[in-house]
Amino acid sequence: MNSFKVSRRDFLKITGLTAASSSFILGFDLFAQAKDPKSFSPDIFVEITRENIVKIIAHRSEMGTGIRSSLPAVVADELEADWSKVEIIQGYGDKNLGSQNTDGSRSIRRFFDRMRTAGALTGYMLEMAASKRLGVPQSECIRKNTQVIHQKSGRSIPFGDLIMIAAKLPVPDVKKLKFKDPSKWNLIGKQFKNYDMENIIKGEATFGHDIKIDGMLYAAIARPPVVRGKVKSYNQKEVEAMSGVSGSIVLPPPKGSVSFQALGGVAVLANNTWNAFSAKKALKVEWDNGPNGDFDSDEYQKYLSAEVMKKGEVKRKRGDYYATTKSGESYKQSYEAPFLTHLQMEPVVATAEFKDGMCVVWSPTQNPQAVQDAVAGALGIEPKEVIAQVTLLGGGFGRKGKPDYCVEAALLSKQTGKPVQVVWTREDDVKHSYYHAMGAMHLEASFELDKTLPTGLLMRTAFPGISSTFQEGALIDFPTILGMGFTDMPYHIDNIQCEVGKAPAHVRIGWLRSVANIQNVFALASFVDELAVRSKMDPVMFNEQLIGPDRVESKVPDGSEDPNYGESWKKFPLDTSRLKAVLKNTADKFDWNRKLPKGHGKGICVYRSFLTYIAVAAEVSVDSQGNLTLHRFDIGCDCGLIVDPDRVHAQMEGSVVFGISLALMGEMTVKDGAVVQSNFHDAPVVRINEIAPEVNVHLFSNKNIPSGVGEPGVPPVAPAICNAIYDACGVRVRKLPIRKTSLKG
Amino acid sequence: MAKFTIDEKEIDSGDETMPLLWYIRDVVGKHGTHFGCGQGLCGACSVILNGVSVRSCQLTVDGLDGAKITTINGISESGGNAVQQAWLEEKVPQCGYCQSGQIISATALLEKNPNPSDEDIDAAMSGNICRCGTYPRIKKAIKRAAQGGKK
Ligand code: FES
Ligand code: FES
Repeated sequence: MNSFKVSRRDFLKITGLTAASSSFILGFDLFAQAKDPKSFSPDIFVEITRENIVKIIAHRSEMGTGIRSSLPAVVADELEADWSKVEIIQGYGDKNLGSQNTDGSRSIRRFFDRMRTAGALTGYMLEMAASKRLGVPQSECIRKNTQVIHQKSGRSIPFGDLIMIAAKLPVPDVKKLKFKDPSKWNLIGKQFKNYDMENIIKGEATFGHDIKIDGMLYAAIARPPVVRGKVKSYNQKEVEAMSGVSGSIVLPPPKGSVSFQALGGVAVLANNTWNAFSAKKALKVEWDNGPNGDFDSDEYQKYLSAEVMKKGEVKRKRGDYYATTKSGESYKQSYEAPFLTHLQMEPVVATAEFKDGMCVVWSPTQNPQAVQDAVAGALGIEPKEVIAQVTLLGGGFGRKGKPDYCVEAALLSKQTGKPVQVVWTREDDVKHSYYHAMGAMHLEASFELDKTLPTGLLMRTAFPGISSTFQEGALIDFPTILGMGFTDMPYHIDNIQCEVGKAPAHVRIGWLRSVANIQNVFALASFVDELAVRSKMDPVMFNEQLIGPDRVESKVPDGSEDPNYGESWKKFPLDTSRLKAVLKNTADKFDWNRKLPKGHGKGICVYRSFLTYIAVAAEVSVDSQGNLTLHRFDIGCDCGLIVDPDRVHAQMEGSVVFGISLALMGEMTVKDGAVVQSNFHDAPVVRINEIAPEVNVHLFSNKNIPSGVGEPGVPPVAPAICNAIYDACGVRVRKLPIRKTSLKG
Repeated sequence: MAKFTIDEKEIDSGDETMPLLWYIRDVVGKHGTHFGCGQGLCGACSVILNGVSVRSCQLTVDGLDGAKITTINGISESGGNAVQQAWLEEKVPQCGYCQSGQIISATALLEKNPNPSDEDIDAAMSGNICRCGTYPRIKKAIKRAAQGGKK
């Protein structure tokens, strides 16, 4: 069972937690009661009480995908528990639950089978208990509506009445379990109630900001404008004399790789958020900017763009691209994409209480086990001495998988001896993020004379790596990141070469929804569209032919190290028939061949990312002044089996909107080592009046194993828009965001 | 000295000068009203002030004498207003963080304009950012609430 035991009462005592914020700590009941005969818990994810309440642990974080409902629904379906009465318990950080890193669009993919097993195992034991109690063969017992029914006699027993017997039974071998036939599923693939929505619309949901602990101090931190900067001096006396301020603390900059360490700076502590913010505003800090003080993103773009004009490190090689350039003709283009940040609606926030060598942290985190590790590292305690509680997340998009903010709260609680809530302002959130890397991409295609399809394709990419965040000085990203829109390209071309340039990092680099696919698929799919134009072919047909014949590629592509999103190539091969089907079906739904009004254009992009096949078709118009209007998007998704169709639909809709933001306006710039933007006025995201009036989602559900949906909808959006812009007005956008290119023909 | 009401409760804020958002959250202790930007740019903190959707991060409590303020936590009996119901029917929320503000702005819109056009919706709702991208459903939900509401 749980590696760290603490009873709920002790827990309340050590934390001084008030009842108002207790809805997220119920996890302790479940774990502390393992031997409590009042309930039955044969699997860490399930507990059934004598009152016939079925409690299911949600161990992944809820940031809007519905995962806190969908995974428990899989358990409930298999168990035959009445969904409307199931209680969901948010799991705190605990390795016994398996990975809790809610990231990489993999919650369903990784845990669908695990959840079915939990339900089947619990159900099997309850049936066995009923058969014992009724003296009938187990084969005559079925489960339904949180009860076991003996079909012949019509007698039924609620689960809760069986737990005493069930608890004494041996836990069966998982291999013996029988699973429901998919045709009998009553939740999976159907419409079912989301557990949190009602609280959300009433304003009663508990986000990270909503945690209140008795005696808690509120902290705001002035962080170094430049990563690895240090505090030289500040107006301590003046600030500490302000109303409500109880003190200030200097935090040191990170040592070694930045990882999830606190950034350092001056923390001010006060009796409420506003007084903390006001004190932070009054701080006058003199900084030593350190080694990154002259970093300039415009200059850096020039460096990256030059880097991709020369040969880089070869990451994938099929045939011999350079040999194909000796005759025939070639087509070459280069692309650029900027730094981006998450801008999730809830700025990061964390509350921590350090007491008696233990630390409790409440936070909107995508990864409570990373909170344990990072906080333990900073405080010099063991990870199991950190209790990482998870609230709802007001958006995540990758930012909340990086618990630097939890470390800050923990350090401040240790130093003050009080519970501390660290609240980031929006300005903090914009200026001190882990940025999505800016990049330069260069592509070349070689053609034999008079041929419409290329014989060779070269792609070079250069961007500062996520690797640099964890390995100081790293110049090339991890293979898994290079497998995003680069070494994984799905084209049927005899000669393919992928080369990566070196790119040192000067700001913290991190993952943002769909990660390196953003810049790479933008470049790759724009280039493919350029090739279609060059070959005078319809883009849908050209894409189909470039993907080539139906085949299942179940090996690492051409000696690359591409780890296929952490899944085996055998289990999740590249199936080109699915890729082409999603392209064709989406084009059909979009009515690709219809005649468009004057000034309108259409664009398409198809890509497989996070093991899911997505196509996006866009219709836009550009007027004579170069003003762009978005009219329509169709997004088609083949993600294999779907647990919660409504939430998958919502993810696709949201991906289009997210993609529109990054395509049209996403850009962070850096001057003198510091991020220039500060809030939604200069770091904008799309608003309701700026999206297309029509966003159509097409789910091509099937029996394949589930892949992922949180991220793969994003990458094709920007290239689809850019391709449509070209079709509308003949201007090719090779630099994101689109607003940097004049569309006046 | 300011005396006003929040969700029909009488408040005397004394000589306090903090923004209404933080007063609601840290002093009154209601947490449905959210902090998103602190600069009047995102709408997460929207409340209804005398019938209008306003940004509570931009109003200091000392200027609120006589005001009637409604937050998401006081907008209806247990989530029953037409807008909230439409939000559930259309399953609008994703992460949900912006949704208090969205519901507040939509409620204020429908109070004034029971049958808004697409343009009316865009105009009334463009102050409320949703980073999760629930805009298509927000539009549908507002229309649903308009139809099911006053006839
Ligand atoms: S927090 Fe008030 S408008 Fe954003
Ligand atoms: S639902 Fe997440 S920001 Fe709107």
